Amino acid sequence: MNIVVCVKYVPDAQADRTFKTDHTTDRETVDGLLSELDEYAVEEALKIVQAGEGEITVLTMGPDDAVAAVKKGLQMGADKGVHVNDVAIAGSDAVATSLVLAKAIEKIGVEGGGVDLVLTGLGSTDGAMSVLPAMLAERLGMPQVTWASELAVEGGMARITRHNEAVTETVEANLPAVVSVTDQINDPRYPSFKGIMAAKKKPVEEWSLADLGVDPSEVGLGASWTSVVSAEARPPRQAGELVTDEGDGGAKLVEFLASRRFA
Amino acid sequence: MSDVLVLVDHVEGQVRKATFEMLTAAARLGEPVAVWVGAGGDAAAEELGRYGATSLLVADDPGLTDYLVAPLAELLADLVAQRSPAAVLVASTNDGKEIAGRLALKTSSGLITDAVDVQPGDGGVRTTQSVFAGNYTVVSQVATGSPVIAVKPNSIPAQETGGSAPAVERVSVQVSEAAKAARITGRTAKEQSGRPALTEAAIVVSGGRGTGGDFGPVEAFADSLGAAVGASRAAVDAGWYPHSHQIGQTGVQVSPQLYVAAGISGAIQHRAGMQTSKTIVAVNKDAEAPIFELVDYGIVGDLFTVLPQATDAVNQRKG
Repeated sequence: MNIVVCVKYVPDAQADRTFKTDHTTDRETVDGLLSELDEYAVEEALKIVQAGEGEITVLTMGPDDAVAAVKKGLQMGADKGVHVNDVAIAGSDAVATSLVLAKAIEKIGVEGGGVDLVLTGLGSTDGAMSVLPAMLAERLGMPQVTWASELAVEGGMARITRHNEAVTETVEANLPAVVSVTDQINDPRYPSFKGIMAAKKKPVEEWSLADLGVDPSEVGLGASWTSVVSAEARPPRQAGELVTDEGDGGAKLVEFLASRRFA
Repeated sequence: MSDVLVLVDHVEGQVRKATFEMLTAAARLGEPVAVWVGAGGDAAAEELGRYGATSLLVADDPGLTDYLVAPLAELLADLVAQRSPAAVLVASTNDGKEIAGRLALKTSSGLITDAVDVQPGDGGVRTTQSVFAGNYTVVSQVATGSPVIAVKPNSIPAQETGGSAPAVERVSVQVSEAAKAARITGRTAKEQSGRPALTEAAIVVSGGRGTGGDFGPVEAFADSLGAAVGASRAAVDAGWYPHSHQIGQTGVQVSPQLYVAAGISGAIQHRAGMQTSKTIVAVNKDAEAPIFELVDYGIVGDLFTVLPQATDAVNQRKG
């Protein structure tokens, strides 16, 4: 069982995130880290491999420091890493990102005897579009099995349970498949000291676009099929009214709601 | 005028509010053409017409709905090839965004998700999005193809146009074997609470750690206002409320007219899911809770005394 887990290095959501003048995310003023939602995908891969056998490759694309996301995956217990790093990919949108990652997954498969499962989080904590898993499935021609809150991989099949607003669904597909997991699926482990030391010896390959046979004109800000016209910081909220409950807090609250025609 | 395709968001024939909002947005860009997948399309024609649909394309091949989103993307890609629409609008839900992603690749078209506004502009459709936990407002434009836009429910006020029921045209698509690869093997409808759906509700009342696991006062206050009930991640992780009600970055993102946070401190992840609400109210014992930085009105007090009193006051007003 060869599993590829796609991970993303994102600006810390706890910090004040901003845009640069070209309307790309400013990654220099904010510390980065492995997107929290990807930890669930890494953990699920570890559970699958520990229950049977297999190899886990953690894949990311991004500038030099993005390799930190791969390393976190290796510290958790994945076997090896791939970092697609090329100046031309800066500013890539979801369409271009899915192209690069799909090509990298194909290359991992060619070199490693096939990929059985591609695992991702349900979205990143920065762009948060949640379209990448579907786009990867489209590009790779694999079944798309998304928003798994439970996953069973056995007998060459992936079976999931997913919760939509009105309905709970069970879905199955033959492997290889692209599966995205929610934050309900497991509790990601913290890397142990042993895991952190072991990760230092694990291989991380760095690939360029040329290694993947991707034309630089197909990626990056210039190749984006959408463009940002403007990005404006929201004006700070006016300070609201704060009252302390002295036995009439509920009544006062309703007076406020009535003044705004909510009650 | 060019067509603007709107994929109707419905649950077993019941049209969701997001559809009317998208039809309203579509009318700004061209001729709103509703695309219905599944059963019940004919019965909904009049309702769709009232909100501006000038035609209704129905694909009711039962095979389309036995799989996840891939067949729907194929159907829409076919329609885009036939009609070269000015835009394709889908609801920015989990499934809707995935349909949009696949459609964008199939038709080599730019893709926008979570649009909170859609307007015609020089050089094509302009969309507005709220990003980074609502701290930035971004205006985007699609440079390539027929813009594929996932519109965030509850963002654009739906307007009735007084239109009549559009003619129904049957459409079909030869679904590829690849698109049938992920099969839905079971469907269980969730228990209906009788409350409005979170993403559609004008008012949302949420409870957090401060409830200590007792959502009774939160639900009672929500019911007095006809509101949906939400929960913070802390409350969901503690098992006090179902995950489907979690408001936040990893849950549902809501943008109601009124958001009431009860016993919620206001961690960044929660704020990301509710910060674009029009009016924000909080009740919390801790005067230092970060949620109070966001509020229009805040009560420093115990939700177990404040909410029941407020519930009684609302019910009395209703007389």
